Order: sequence, then C-alpha cells, then structure tokens
Amino acid sequence: MSERFPGWRELPKGAVSPKSSIEYKTGDWGVEKPGIDLGRCTQCTLCHFFCPEGAITISEDGHPEVGMDYCKGCGVCAEECPVKCIEMVRKR
Amino acid sequence: MVSGLTLKEAARKPDGIAPGHRLCAGCDETVIARMILKATRGPTIATSATGCLEVATSIFPYTAWNLPWIHSAFENAAATASGIEAAWQAMRKKGKGPLAEYETVDIIAFAGDGGTYDIGLQALSGALERGHDFTYVLLDNEAYMNTGIQRSGGTPFAASTTTSPAGKVIPGKREWKKPIDEIVIAHGIPYVATLSAAWPLDVIRKARKAFEVEGPAFLHAIVPCTRGWRYPQEKTIEISRLAVQTCFFPLYECRFEEGRPVYKLSGPSAAIARRPESKKPVLEYLEMQGRFRHLFRPERRDDLIDSIQAWVDQNWQILLEKVG
Ligand SMILES: Cc1ncc(C[n+]2csc(CCOP(=O)(O)OP(=O)(O)O)c2C)c(N)n1
Ligand code: SF4
Ligand code: SF4
Repeated sequence: MSERFPGWRELPKGAVSPKSSIEYKTGDWGVEKPGIDLGRCTQCTLCHFFCPEGAITISEDGHPEVGMDYCKGCGVCAEECPVKCIEMVRKR
Repeated sequence: MVSGLTLKEAARKPDGIAPGHRLCAGCDETVIARMILKATRGPTIATSATGCLEVATSIFPYTAWNLPWIHSAFENAAATASGIEAAWQAMRKKGKGPLAEYETVDIIAFAGDGGTYDIGLQALSGALERGHDFTYVLLDNEAYMNTGIQRSGGTPFAASTTTSPAGKVIPGKREWKKPIDEIVIAHGIPYVATLSAAWPLDVIRKARKAFEVEGPAFLHAIVPCTRGWRYPQEKTIEISRLAVQTCFFPLYECRFEEGRPVYKLSGPSAAIARRPESKKPVLEYLEMQGRFRHLFRPERRDDLIDSIQAWVDQNWQILLEKVG
C-alpha cells in the first residue's frame, strides 16, 4: 500500500472512516460466480435479500444484476433461488 | 404503515450496508442487518458492539455504513444507543442541535451473542429499564466468532467450540442456551421478536414494528456462521430455515399490553402449531453442522440427540402455552 492515509490528528472529529467500502473490491475472493438465466427468473427479488454482500441489485425493470466487483462466490443465491435459475460457474 | 411493506418495495430501497465489507463469504450477519435497515422510516443512527459485523464493516480507512454509525466497545452497545436517544431528545426539547428537527430517529444497536448474553447484558438491562426509544438487534451466531469461536451463554448444549471442545469425555458445551428472550421480556418492554433470514418479509415487518413502538424493542435473530457452525457456505439460509422448522428457534412476537406479555407466533411457527406433524426432527438441523459432528461420529450419541430433542420439545410446549 503506497497510498498515504490521514493519521489520527488529521481525521475529522469522531474519527470518521474517510472511504466507502465500495472502493474495496471483494470480487476476487471466490472461485465461482453466479450465472442467472434471466429468461426463467420470476423477479421474486429473493436473491437480492439473501446475498450477504448486497452484490445483487434489482434493476429498474425488476431483474437481478450481480455486481462481480463484490460477489464472494458463496453460492447462497444459487442455492436459494426458488426456480433454480442461478447456476454457479467457475470464474476464468 | 407496516402492512404496506413489500419485498419489491424493499428491494428498491438502497442498502444501509454497502458491499466491500469483509465478513466471510456466506455470512448471515449482513443478510439480517441489511433486511432490518430496509425497514427504517427515515433518519437512522446505528451502533455496533465489537464483533464480526462491527470489525468487518469498519476496517480503516473504509466504512461499509451508508448511515451515521458509531463504534461501541464490546460491552456497551445498549449504553451507546441510550446516549444517542438521550441526545436526540435533548436537542428536540431545546429546539437546537443537528437532530432537533427530526420527529423520528430510528436508533439501532447491533450486537453479537457474546456482546448480549454475556458482557453486554448489564448495559442492555439498564437501557431497557430506563426505557430508551431504540431497537436492539441480537445477531445470535451462538459463539464469540470474531475472536475464534469461543462459547457464550448463547451457545447451545453439546456444540463444540474452541473453549468447549468435544473430546472423548466431554461432548461439547455442557450448559443449555440462556433464555435471553425471557430475560428481556421480563423487563416489560413494548416489543420483542425473533427473526430468521429465511423469511425476509417477516424480518422487515418486525423491524418496522420495532422502530414504530415507543420505548425499547428487542430483535433476536438466529445467525448461522459458516466458520463456527462448520457447514458449506451456501447453506446459510437453509440452516436459518431449519432452525425454525425444527422449533429449535421458533418465530414469534411478544408485546407488553396492560401489564403483561402477549405472545403471538409468526407465520412458519404458527403453521407448525396448527399442523404439529410438520415439525421436523432436530436431528435434521444438527447433522448439517460440523459443530455437532461428534453426535454422529465416531459413534452415534442418541442419548445426547434425544436430550436436545427433549429440550426443543419442552421449550416449544412452553411457548405454545404462553401463546394460548
Ligand atoms: C472488553 C473486551 N474483551 C474482549 C474483546 C475482544 N473481542 C472482540 S470481538 C469479540 C467476540 C465477539 O463475539 P460476539 O459478541 O458473539 O459477536 P460475533 O463476533 O460472534 O458476531 C471479542 C471477545 C473486546 N473487544 N473487548
Ligand atoms: S454467490 Fe454469494 S456473494 Fe455472489 S451474488 Fe450470489 S449470494 Fe451474492
Ligand atoms: S466468523 Fe462467522 S459471523 Fe464472523 S464473519 Fe465469518 S461467517 Fe460471519
């Protein structure tokens, strides 16, 4: 880590962490990633709730989108999809 | 209003906890916490006792919290929440200060089982007794996970942990799970509910009720931990579900009305009360988890499995009697 972070003297009162964790990518943690067959997806939104990362967001038109920058490949979404339209596949 | 909350609506609401946190893959803590934060009404301030959720969401220089959040020490999340509430009330009364303008502030304390059953119990009891308007969320993964799986008052009987290891003579933890909900209910607070992530809408609706009541509310979530319970990470929700389906962890609410607690079973547990034959044997829950492996190998310990089943049956029966 060559980047210099502010020391405690320079931090604002209350020691607020200066960066959002969205700058910390966890997408390289897992060996697998989910592939969603959107043709069979019923847009129930359950995968959005069950993903521990909050990596699955629901688009304007209601379908799930996986944020690969954060997916840790846990497989919870594939396991829980009620119509089994999510399949875990190996990352390249 | 509570009844208006739907999954579709909640799915569109931005998350209170951002991705990029460092909880283990498959961890249930953020699953529950994100659902609870979907139920907030507006201005929200959260605090976390030291533990996995707190550590993994606040590794310097990053924060995963998309809302005002205060770190608490291990033992005082309820005291921090009390202070937040008292400050808000004082600002409102004086009509000045950054919180003076808010009619509601959803104040939430998140703590693990170590931080609740054990070291945080005094701060919790004090905050409940003083009647602060806040919601306490117990993320019960049944051991001190962040420091490497030490047993707590919330660890169930026979579970193997690093401080209650299963060996040739002693088969895991020797004590039963502390009845924390009853301890909290005895304080006469307006709202107590149990949660499992397997039923998201139930979680969100209960969280909204907890925010809406005036005075303290207590939400107790069963939170499977892949590392400590030793199961494949994709099974987190399935185990949350089995905990309820076996009545190991029934879902219910308890309101305090006219000086007495009034219990009500929630959806999946009410269904089991109506059709007792649908209650699954606790064996199905135990055998999925490595922390209970010694009950099955090298020899099957039917004596211990039966005593756990008897404990489940008895507590379920007591709950049914309370529900009436
Ligand atoms: C007074 C004090 N003692 C010990 C610790 C070390 N410590 C940090 S987190 C933790 C365990 C937290 O366990 P729990 O409350 O069950 O939450 P979990 O990590 O399982 O979510 C401990 C012992 C501490 N931070 N403060
Ligand atoms: S595999 Fe796990 S982390 Fe990745 S999108 Fe599915 S639930 Fe989320
Ligand atoms: S140790 Fe358990 S509770 Fe802690 S982050 Fe990992 S899975 Fe979650």
